[in-house]
Amino acid sequence: MINLGVTGRISLRALLVNKMRSFLTMLGIIIGVGSVITMLAIGAGAGQKLSEQVSSLGSNLLMIFSGSATSGGQRMGAGTEPTLTLGDAEAIRKELSAVAEAAPFVNGVAQAVYGNQNWSTIIQGTTPPIFEIRDWNVTSGRLFTWEDVRGATKVCLIGVTVAENLFGGIDPVGKIINVKKVPFTVIGLLEKKGESPDGRDQDDTIYLPVTTAQKKVLGGAYGDSVRLIFVKAKSFDRLAEAEEQINALLRQRHRIGAKQDDDFSVRNITQLLQSAEQMVRIISLLLMAIASVSLLVGGIGIMNIMLVSVTERTKEIGIRMAVGARGADIRFQFLIEALSLSLIGGALGIVLGIGLAQVISYFADWPAIITPASILLAFGFSSGVGLFFGFYPAYKASKLNPIDALRYE
Amino acid sequence: MPLIRLSDVTKIYGAENKHPFTALAGVSLQIEAGEFAAIMGPSGSGKSTLMHILGCLDTPTTGEYHLEGDNVDRLRGDQLAAIRNKKIGFVFQGFNLIPRTNAVENVELPMLYSNTPPEERRRRAAEALRRMGLAGWEGNRPNELSGGQQQRVAIARAIVNDAPLILADEPTGNLDTKTSAEIMELFVRINREEGKTIILVTHEADIAAYSRRIIRVRDGLIVDDERREGR
Repeated sequence: MINLGVTGRISLRALLVNKMRSFLTMLGIIIGVGSVITMLAIGAGAGQKLSEQVSSLGSNLLMIFSGSATSGGQRMGAGTEPTLTLGDAEAIRKELSAVAEAAPFVNGVAQAVYGNQNWSTIIQGTTPPIFEIRDWNVTSGRLFTWEDVRGATKVCLIGVTVAENLFGGIDPVGKIINVKKVPFTVIGLLEKKGESPDGRDQDDTIYLPVTTAQKKVLGGAYGDSVRLIFVKAKSFDRLAEAEEQINALLRQRHRIGAKQDDDFSVRNITQLLQSAEQMVRIISLLLMAIASVSLLVGGIGIMNIMLVSVTERTKEIGIRMAVGARGADIRFQFLIEALSLSLIGGALGIVLGIGLAQVISYFADWPAIITPASILLAFGFSSGVGLFFGFYPAYKASKLNPIDALRYE
Repeated sequence: MPLIRLSDVTKIYGAENKHPFTALAGVSLQIEAGEFAAIMGPSGSGKSTLMHILGCLDTPTTGEYHLEGDNVDRLRGDQLAAIRNKKIGFVFQGFNLIPRTNAVENVELPMLYSNTPPEERRRRAAEALRRMGLAGWEGNRPNELSGGQQQRVAIARAIVNDAPLILADEPTGNLDTKTSAEIMELFVRINREEGKTIILVTHEADIAAYSRRIIRVRDGLIVDDERREGR
């Protein structure tokens, strides 16, 4: 077998002679490999983003929204008719076997004031189980307790964004802030939670005991009602069971007849995210399939151009055979040439894919993760394509009869 | 031991067809090492077929071919390639250099297939070119060389692997008279000074005149074998 270095040089020279043709031949591989890399990067990024969201939400979650209000024939959307109550939340938490924890939420927007600083932020009222459901903790101070809920004490927990805007650098724990002219003692600073799945800053919030929020801040509009209830099922397998139990319990508590519609709705967050994940996987697979078709077409292009190349260089093959090249030498030469085409195409495709993934990730605000494995896969694919589609032309070249090949003009 | 011994060699094309064509009808021939022989004959006489068999580019249908005492008439493709590589140097009418490949790389070609180390390849190729009077032209590509120069590169390629036998098929067919004479002088020198056996295939009498033996072929048979004083 002749030397690889020499053969590589011969191949590269042959490819450089027809630069345009070589480039066009590579294009299929470039596009194929580029899309494989992009898809893998975007797919991995999507997976990572989704799993971050799942873990930021907490696992095995259900959300119950109040039913929609109807005002002059216009339905106002979920949560507008305050049908859920604190009692519902407690009943769900205590009575249902498939439910681990439940916490209600009321919310509103208010101006918070500390000294000469003020900041408009979201006020959320809830109960202690939320800390367990969402896995929240304080970095300093303490969380509020059932005592605080029962006594509707004027205490609050603040998020990092609120602390930065009201207190700058100083420790907020123990300070008094005013919300709607009511003084609240800051008892704890919550850990940074980052963005919610819909892109809101979850740290730009003040949390109060739900009773305090209802009575002191959000006013009479709420009364005893809550806007939504977070529920954590005992396990992932029992999510559906928990949903059924909640439906049954709330229909009974709200005295909804068999033919009437629910005045609440239950959303299975974990399932939503999981089906989103599944969707991302399916879309990635589809795009991968398209990418493989492109690779296949690219491979056929390589085979086509290699057959042309073998025919064009029949005389050269004859000369090489006359001076002693064996079939294997000729086969090797053309195989290396096909491999060079596909590997150079593959390398360009990897560059294109990385670039494309960055561009998409920039515009879609979606992380692109390029793993060494995906680059290895792309190289494997392109060399496989080169070898597979290069073999037949190379074999054909090696089987030429030297006399006929020398006579070829 | 003769360099070449053909015993009753035939070559029949399309033996399985209704109308097979007999290119060689039974040729016996001995050529000693160091001879300078010309094979002459009109087109269709079988001289090309004879040259292909002598050059191990083709195998006889029947009969035996011994080259340096080894029986080569039943060898397969890769074994024939190895024989061509080590024992035979070809010079063709159309020069048959590889385009876009410079002179020294063209001369290196046979050594590429005999696993000669790169430095030795380069050294021997440059030396062969120098002997052909082409020192300084190593980096030129075939399209940058005259016909005579191209044929010198081809001769350098034929001698570079130190093959005992040089087969030249109408080597002056594409050259003018003056250049033809220069090329033929080179063959004479290679034959005299290096003791290479040269077999020349030609239909031109004044080219054949450089040889010391003229073998005439007609209708697939040797019709005349004349030894004479060369120029």
